Amino acid sequence: MELIVPILAAAVRSGTPILYATLGEIITEKSGVLNLGLEGVMLIGAFTGFIVTYDTGSCLYGLMVAFLVGILVNLIHAFLCISLKANQVISGLAMTMFGTGVSSLLGRGYVGETIEGINVLALPGLSSIPLLGPVLFSQDVMVYLSYIMVFVVWFLIFRTKFGLMIRAVGDSPLSAEAAGISVSAVRYIATLLGGGFVSLGGAYMSVVYSHMWVDLMTAGRGWIAVALVIFAIWHPFRAALGSYLFGGVEALQMRIQAGGTTIPAPLLMMLPYILTIAVLVIISISKGKGRFLGAPGALGLPFYREERE
Amino acid sequence: MKMRGITKSFYGMKANDCVDFDLRGGEVHALLGENGAGKSTLMSVLCGLYHPDEGTIEVEDQRVEFRSPRDAISRGIGIVHQHFMLVPSLTVWENLVLGSKDLPFVVNEDAICERIKDLSQRYGLDVDPSAPIWTLSIGEQQRVAILRMLYHEAKILILDEPTSVLTPQEIEHLFSTIKHMKKEGYGIIFISHKLREVFEISDRITVLRRGKVVGSLNAREATPEMLAEMMVGSSDTGEIPRTKKSPATKGKPILIAEGLVVRNDKGLVAVDGVSFTLREGQIFGIAGVSGNGQGELAEALAGMRRIESGKLYLVTEDVTSASARHMVDLGVKYVPADRKGVGLVPNMNVAENVALRKYWHSPYSKGFFIDWDEVHRHSKSLVESYEILTPGLDVPVRMLSGGNQQKLILARELSDNLRLLVAMQPTWGLDVKATAFVREKLMSARAEGAAVLLISEDLDELLALSDELAVIYRGKIMGILEGPGAGDIERIGLMMAGISSNS
Amino acid sequence: MRIKIEKRFYITKWQETLIISASIVLAFFSGAVVLHFLGVSPLEAYGMMIKGSLSDFYGISETVAKTIPLTMCSLAVALSFTMVVWNIGAEGQFVLGALACTALVRYMDIDNPLIMLAAMGIVASIAGGLWGGFAGFLKAKWNVNEIITTLMMNYIAILLLQYFVYGSWRDPTSLGFPMTPLFPEGARLPQFFGTRIHAGIFFALVLAVLIWVVVRKGVWGYEIRVSGQNPKAADYAGIRSARNVMLVMFISGAIAGLAGMAEMAGLHRRLQPGFAIGYGYTAIIIAWLARLHPVTIIFVSFLFGALFVGGENLQIAMRLPLSSVQILQGLILFFLLGGEFFRNYRISLTFKKR
Repeated sequence: MELIVPILAAAVRSGTPILYATLGEIITEKSGVLNLGLEGVMLIGAFTGFIVTYDTGSCLYGLMVAFLVGILVNLIHAFLCISLKANQVISGLAMTMFGTGVSSLLGRGYVGETIEGINVLALPGLSSIPLLGPVLFSQDVMVYLSYIMVFVVWFLIFRTKFGLMIRAVGDSPLSAEAAGISVSAVRYIATLLGGGFVSLGGAYMSVVYSHMWVDLMTAGRGWIAVALVIFAIWHPFRAALGSYLFGGVEALQMRIQAGGTTIPAPLLMMLPYILTIAVLVIISISKGKGRFLGAPGALGLPFYREERE
Repeated sequence: MKMRGITKSFYGMKANDCVDFDLRGGEVHALLGENGAGKSTLMSVLCGLYHPDEGTIEVEDQRVEFRSPRDAISRGIGIVHQHFMLVPSLTVWENLVLGSKDLPFVVNEDAICERIKDLSQRYGLDVDPSAPIWTLSIGEQQRVAILRMLYHEAKILILDEPTSVLTPQEIEHLFSTIKHMKKEGYGIIFISHKLREVFEISDRITVLRRGKVVGSLNAREATPEMLAEMMVGSSDTGEIPRTKKSPATKGKPILIAEGLVVRNDKGLVAVDGVSFTLREGQIFGIAGVSGNGQGELAEALAGMRRIESGKLYLVTEDVTSASARHMVDLGVKYVPADRKGVGLVPNMNVAENVALRKYWHSPYSKGFFIDWDEVHRHSKSLVESYEILTPGLDVPVRMLSGGNQQKLILARELSDNLRLLVAMQPTWGLDVKATAFVREKLMSARAEGAAVLLISEDLDELLALSDELAVIYRGKIMGILEGPGAGDIERIGLMMAGISSNS
Repeated sequence: MRIKIEKRFYITKWQETLIISASIVLAFFSGAVVLHFLGVSPLEAYGMMIKGSLSDFYGISETVAKTIPLTMCSLAVALSFTMVVWNIGAEGQFVLGALACTALVRYMDIDNPLIMLAAMGIVASIAGGLWGGFAGFLKAKWNVNEIITTLMMNYIAILLLQYFVYGSWRDPTSLGFPMTPLFPEGARLPQFFGTRIHAGIFFALVLAVLIWVVVRKGVWGYEIRVSGQNPKAADYAGIRSARNVMLVMFISGAIAGLAGMAEMAGLHRRLQPGFAIGYGYTAIIIAWLARLHPVTIIFVSFLFGALFVGGENLQIAMRLPLSSVQILQGLILFFLLGGEFFRNYRISLTFKKR
């Protein structure tokens, strides 16, 4: 019991950046656009968040600017894939390379520098609840925001007019266009908004989680987020579940290392990646037969408005 | 509504050439023409999906310009496309309100469903508003599409080939709904290539041919011959001559199906205990509204889909678990309904497509390599004997017209060792000339002693060509008629709707 | 005035070359802008890159040395892309190949160098093949997205490398630096002309020809092309797609694995972390840019090899990190993707009187 609580609390913290990224990608993919450049966008977010916080002393500015920069960066992907009908897989890979390169280059002068960052803010009353209290309510502001965001994203997609448009555009863009919806506009908004969330996830890592900038600090979390979208079957609630699952493995792995074990560090560090594969396999087996609800029918396919058969 | 001088081109070819078309309230104006004449293009312009290169549109005496379907919808234009344009994962009510201007940010499901139920009752279009589209039958989906037009208060209703997916009884029901709406003052544009229906339902008829208006007249003044002349240029009404004669003796059985059970992609049973016998020198037709298991049956016979239980025999050989390749080697050939999606590889050239179903044999392949020279030789002779119009053998087949693509598939499937041909919707979407060509090839295969399984939604075609006709409904054979004729249409229609002749 | 976008019916080779050239020029131009904003003189940087890679014999030889693994990884990737199977794991398969042949060197001692090298090649190919084939199996059996699985396996491969090189394989005489002992003479591929160009170049050239022949004229090549273009037609043709997915991923991985062995035995002659500098990812750009054509791949690999060598020179001369090269690669890819649009569509401006 004594051991579990800190690990669970660490799991939540560890899973939060992935959660933001996964939520962002769910919004984007629901509209039919596949963005594989999450790793690059997260790194840019991490770096931007860090440097703005470092220069201005304000974490709020850091996070806000990171969000905006994420939107801007995804504009490239959006323009290429939506307006220029480019191959979405390749564009995502290009974004990964570009984001990795830019953050590395720009960040070289800041490696090892630290910032104040955001600290834990235990919620009065709620944080005293046994088990749930320390795990869920003794976290930082961004974690609390992420709880809210899970609901907000769910509500947005499934209960609003805009969400309806996103779902229609992602499943059957031709029908949406015939109903009078601009497929391009909806996809642009979904992609840009998604980019903001992803970048925010990256910024969380530098501004809140570790209070520093390290080259390539996301270590593949962007890719894990892509896998989690599938695991979550494009639903925000399950995305939270998946993210915390990953956070759990991260936290566990770090605990084991810190606890002085004979298992070599590289092997332990493989766990999240192995788990990602396992999770994908499980979800692929279980959805094997029968109609797969949730996957946008037109995911990854460019939409041509006046294309004749 | 008036359309004047509408011109629209694709790839430099004019799909609509200076077309005039108008509509008055309270009338049904039919747009008639064969496949590829430009009817759907014209309507796509009218509903805002395409921008015309030239021409103007007026609605209620006001010039309008539609920058997108939204503009057209707001001007009261509604359309039921051939492929419905409904989003499968969304529910009925979600599809109906999609694109609505006055939809609040937070969507109120109950109020919307109320209104839908209201409209449903008024026009006799029964659907469950909370059902996801993918769970509905094709007939129900069409009702949803019609409801959508009414929900958006359209005044001009466009129906694009609405009868191709309906049973004869459902067509009756649709026509009475149309007459009801006519009385209420709606203007209805009825697009079709079927002469008989156009006669039955319309007040005025405009004929399109190769993108141009050939003529426009009142239905009362028209005769089938006149219309056929306008549509095709000859007074051949396209009615298929009943030149076949039933063979005096029945041919030997070549394919025996016993209690076939086949599942569809969703894991549900699509073919539910089907049994029949195909004989040499015979055309066996299967009628039925699409989605009742025909596709799965065809794929099972071609070896492309697993037969879960039951048996299939080719003469005496058990081929129940034979692979697609094995079936081809045994002489069972398949012309699929989806020309570009299954039958061909659109980005590959003619030769590569000809090789598709025989490349594993010599002389086309030797060991690990394909002998492309030999394939080219064979392709050349096929192109010549089937008169396939193509700029060359190295051209990607997506550049060929639909008719030529179908000819290519037929050429390939009929060319060697043909014992049984499974043909699924072989004339769908083809113009009159290509259609006649295909039917002729089916008849000649029959004359040469092959068995032909013809699956089609075109009842006229089935009645004219089949020696025996089965009707399939929800995966079961409702009945088999020998030597079917026009007098059987009512019975067939009932079977298509699930009412067996034995009940 | 209206902008009309029309799909092209055909495009001439001249137009295609123009578009690709324009894309690359624009990429370097925007790279220059980026560098400028970072306080680096683009002229100086580009100059340094060219100086390092193409201006003298040594530079060119280094570029050729880099062309070898790039070509092989690109061929590997191109093969899988032909079937529209996205092997993003060439980097990991490359590492596995290097690991496997190093293991062989460590645990076995074969006198005959020819046999030793052949065994190293085989072991590396099998290791890379299994690494890729596993992802292929998952895709074939359960339709698990291969982009993510191969990527995850890249991370795992790098960690595996760290495990061995920091652990039991570390050279005791290396003063704590993570590296294995040098390969013995009998486990080395010869280098030529006093440069670091090694016999792996023959692997690359032979593979290029082999792949061209198999894909264009082979039965299996035809099958994977059909599967890539139209999976349903592949079923119709009786092609066993599941088997082909696994096979293509295995062979693709094997080629990348062999590239890893060549890099070890021919160039580095010892295993150390950081030898995999992203060839597997650059291979994706090269394969895509070369439109999967093996001969074009060789030339494009040379160009990107120059990019890498130039980048290394930047690192030494101007102390810019190697990641700057990644920015350029990303930009090149962006502009190429943009250029694709003009390959498929024609833009015309129409002036209409109201």
